[in-house]
Amino acid sequence: MTTHQLNKETVYSYLTEVKDPEIPVLSVIDLGIVRDVILSGDDEIEIIITPTYSGCPALDAMATSIRIMLSTLGFKKIKITQTLSPAWTTDWISEEGKRKLKEYGIAPPNPSQQVCQEKLFVPNEAIQCPHCSSWHTHRVSEFGSTPCKSLYVCEDCKEPFDYFKCH
Amino acid sequence: MNDLSYYILQLADDALILGHQNSEWCGHGPILEQDVAITNISLDLIGQARNFYQYAAKLINESSTTSFHLQNGLEVSEDTLAYLRDSRDFRNNLLVEQPNGDWAKTILRQFFFSTYQYYLYQQLKSSTDNQLSAIAEKSLKEVNYHLRWSSEWVIRLGDGSEESRQRMLAATDDLWTYTGELFYPTEYEQRLPGEVIPVDIKSLKLKWEEKIRTVFDEATLPYPVNAFMQTGGKEGRHTEHLGYILAEMQYMQRTYPNSEW
Repeated sequence: MTTHQLNKETVYSYLTEVKDPEIPVLSVIDLGIVRDVILSGDDEIEIIITPTYSGCPALDAMATSIRIMLSTLGFKKIKITQTLSPAWTTDWISEEGKRKLKEYGIAPPNPSQQVCQEKLFVPNEAIQCPHCSSWHTHRVSEFGSTPCKSLYVCEDCKEPFDYFKCH
Repeated sequence: MNDLSYYILQLADDALILGHQNSEWCGHGPILEQDVAITNISLDLIGQARNFYQYAAKLINESSTTSFHLQNGLEVSEDTLAYLRDSRDFRNNLLVEQPNGDWAKTILRQFFFSTYQYYLYQQLKSSTDNQLSAIAEKSLKEVNYHLRWSSEWVIRLGDGSEESRQRMLAATDDLWTYTGELFYPTEYEQRLPGEVIPVDIKSLKLKWEEKIRTVFDEATLPYPVNAFMQTGGKEGRHTEHLGYILAEMQYMQRTYPNSEW
């Protein structure tokens, strides 16, 4: 394939094949971490990405996967730039991404205005169990197996589950 | 090296040292969920440190007046800054290098520091330096979690059992003397241009004290009265603890230079 056939939209559609190593049902596009694609010349491309959390180790892995994907498409000069502003928010996760999270067993994030606040001992957010769809759930810990998740348990089906916390 | 680079290193060193110390709880937390919590906070802090180090490295490499004696003519990078400087070159506040102690001490250290970071980043967010403002904006969202989590634990332990209360009181005795330094600006801090570092240390201190007082009240802990405050960390004069931390943290890079994994 020669790269001059590729436009921005095509690059975006290829990037939907690059997955988050920690949550392999989500692509970098679903996650909303790809902020821009800049095509400059036949074999030159720059991808602007932003981290979910400052210390998320998956970002380096995803940058490498993007690089590999683009080189198989014929790009010779690939630049991956990290930007921090505006700061990533779970509101950038696509609707399809949220659906895929639920199917995978992770409760998708609520809209961010609900919880990102200073108040202490706030009641748990109402989170629906991704397994049995019950709302009868409670939070076990605000922090989970990765920075972007917190731990919940369902009181009906008794299953623990991850909640992709609002950020 | 100029004042701004020093200041960015101070921000980076604070985050790295506390992040590294917290990481020692990995596998040792009092219960699994809190083990996961403190190590997540580590990850956030080390991530923030990386952003600051990368930026400091860029400024140092671009600066023509730099005489950075450790680097043997090599480019400075986030790794050389973290792994190849000695304790005299570290500019972190003394608070973050204090030993983990028990859970109460780790919690209280986190609470004091997260409160400081929270109000500091709020002010730093309006810096005219785009990169500093971006790092502050990004980090603030994470610190919000750290502050809420550590505040709740201070209250839980302070107003908990007699044992947990005694431990919080002991932790307060140990750590309070290291909190003053957060609000004593060094000479290089005072020389920083206000638009680049829009940090008003007086209002920062007031907000910090107000938050500590509110949470201590709720935790039924007495607000400490102690006039004497230790200083020196931001100028490279550290307590004996930093040397041990660096020995552990830098061992691999110093023994096997440039090793990667």
